[in-house]
Amino acid sequence: MAGQIDATVRTEERDGTTVLIVSGHLDVHAAGRLWKQALRMARQAKSLSLDLAGVDYCDMSGAALLVAIETARGKPGAPNGASPQTEALLQRARLAAAPTPPGRTAGPSDGTRLFAGFAGNVAYLGEVAVAVATIPKRARMLRPPDILRYADQAGVKAIPLVLLLGFLMGLILAFQSAVPMRRFGADLYVANLVAISLLRELGPLLSAVILAGRTGSAFAAEIGSMKVNQEIDALATMSLDPVTLLVLPRLIAAVLTMPALVLALDVAGLLGMATVMKAFGYPLVAVAHQVQAATSAIDLFGGLFKGMCFGFAVALIGCRAGLATGVGPRAVGQAATAAVVGGIVATIFLDGLFALLFYRLGL
Amino acid sequence: MIAVRVVESSQRFGTRTIFRDVSFEVAEGEVFAILGGSGCGKSTLLNQLIGLLPPSSGKIEVMGQTITGPSGAAGRLAMQRKIGAMFQSGALFGSMTLLENVMLPLEMFTDLPPDGREAVARVKLGSVGLGHATGLMPAEISGGMAKRAGIARAMAMDPPLLFLDEPSAGLDPVTSAELDRLILDLRHDLGTTFVVVTHELASILAIADRCIVLDRNAYPDGGGTIAIGDPRTLRDEGTHKMVRAFFRREIPAKEAK
Repeated sequence: MAGQIDATVRTEERDGTTVLIVSGHLDVHAAGRLWKQALRMARQAKSLSLDLAGVDYCDMSGAALLVAIETARGKPGAPNGASPQTEALLQRARLAAAPTPPGRTAGPSDGTRLFAGFAGNVAYLGEVAVAVATIPKRARMLRPPDILRYADQAGVKAIPLVLLLGFLMGLILAFQSAVPMRRFGADLYVANLVAISLLRELGPLLSAVILAGRTGSAFAAEIGSMKVNQEIDALATMSLDPVTLLVLPRLIAAVLTMPALVLALDVAGLLGMATVMKAFGYPLVAVAHQVQAATSAIDLFGGLFKGMCFGFAVALIGCRAGLATGVGPRAVGQAATAAVVGGIVATIFLDGLFALLFYRLGL
Repeated sequence: MIAVRVVESSQRFGTRTIFRDVSFEVAEGEVFAILGGSGCGKSTLLNQLIGLLPPSSGKIEVMGQTITGPSGAAGRLAMQRKIGAMFQSGALFGSMTLLENVMLPLEMFTDLPPDGREAVARVKLGSVGLGHATGLMPAEISGGMAKRAGIARAMAMDPPLLFLDEPSAGLDPVTSAELDRLILDLRHDLGTTFVVVTHELASILAIADRCIVLDRNAYPDGGGTIAIGDPRTLRDEGTHKMVRAFFRREIPAKEAK
């Protein structure tokens, strides 16, 4: 604004008392400029009084500075020469700046939180088990259109990505292994190697990772935002079971679509491998024969079954992350992250268990 | 001095006219209320005034800056440094405590040292009655507290013009009355201008010097202004049926078709 006088602060000795003289236009910018200097002057003075006669304008930030000067020097006498407006503001700032007990209470300890999280997970598993067991009684809550919608989201819409990644995976695996194996004249066996690793391991594993990234996170975010908007509470007050209504259809959809995704990935991977073998000069018939000789139905169906279990774990964890969403704007993002990380970790953990199991069963 | 000047502002979304030809002026130091029923475009008008929504047509000047038309962008930027705005939900940043929310503009635009920023922010929060809650996160407080914290943040830089969207909706009567008192005190002590969107009748009559009443059926083809003036006069002498409905709760009888 034109014509305003920049605020200044200086001290003067009057009758053995240091007088801190503030003058000019004391707005938030002036307060910022003068803050350190004024407080230093106030702290150095033995006894202090304030002279505000020269202050032609003071806003609430300016008043905050005056209160800070007052508190820096204990309790000085009433300031001299303050205009009624400045005096009123100063009074309000004094009240507002009065120390109050801290509002934040200490949260639960890490151990308690960890235990509560674990107990929550166990309770969730119980709720899902109860929901599955009581499906006959609550058949109306399990709506087929929901299942189809989630199957579309988790399965059909993921097919292009699964085909692309599967094809590339087969291509890369075949190429990387063909180069060293050619040195031993064993490059025809690349077909065996890729087929077995795809059907038994990579097909289900990669499909589960895609499911966790695409669908597990989406499940967590959807249910999480419902939680934040109190929609879950609304369901509960209508005595509708959130687990039956929200979790079961997603679980069923994921379990049903995973074998299809695994199969699509297997086929695309084999095609990728065949492309490399063809480029190396092997006829497709020979490659097909190798694949047929190396793999059995057990490899394929074992892989599909593993895929179903991974799908179940990914969806279960995704929905759990959604239901456990906290409050605040970051909660939904954190739930989605927890769903992806939890889904992938659980998948790999389960894969290890399956390796042991299949070994013991001699499969 | 005129703080806000609106000349024939209109807002259309597609073929729907929210309001048209809204004109008014707000003098410096005035408390001006924007009233109307739900869906009449109060918040839309506010968004135009704070530069978030360019009007479909018309001219708007805020704090001497023209914020519409070809040179509107520069005007909006200059204007937004001189105003504070409180949104309906408080619009606090969820990753910061209330104190940090209020300290943010001080950190960006002033030379205050950290302890100074904190002291100034505490005074602002204390003046809206949140001195006890400075360390809380927005997710941990109630809607009414979030609104008050939003006001404290809007006041962080002591702007000469404050826009408040439904400041007292959802507050208890005591807090609402305290907020009204704060608005009047700030106007009295600092000469702050207020533009308040509200439909709390008691609050309007207590604080507003003048008001504009919008109605979504002001014209056959859309909404617009149905009255402008002193709310107490409008209450006692208003003739438009929606003004009477608003101030005196006289529900207009359904007209026979």
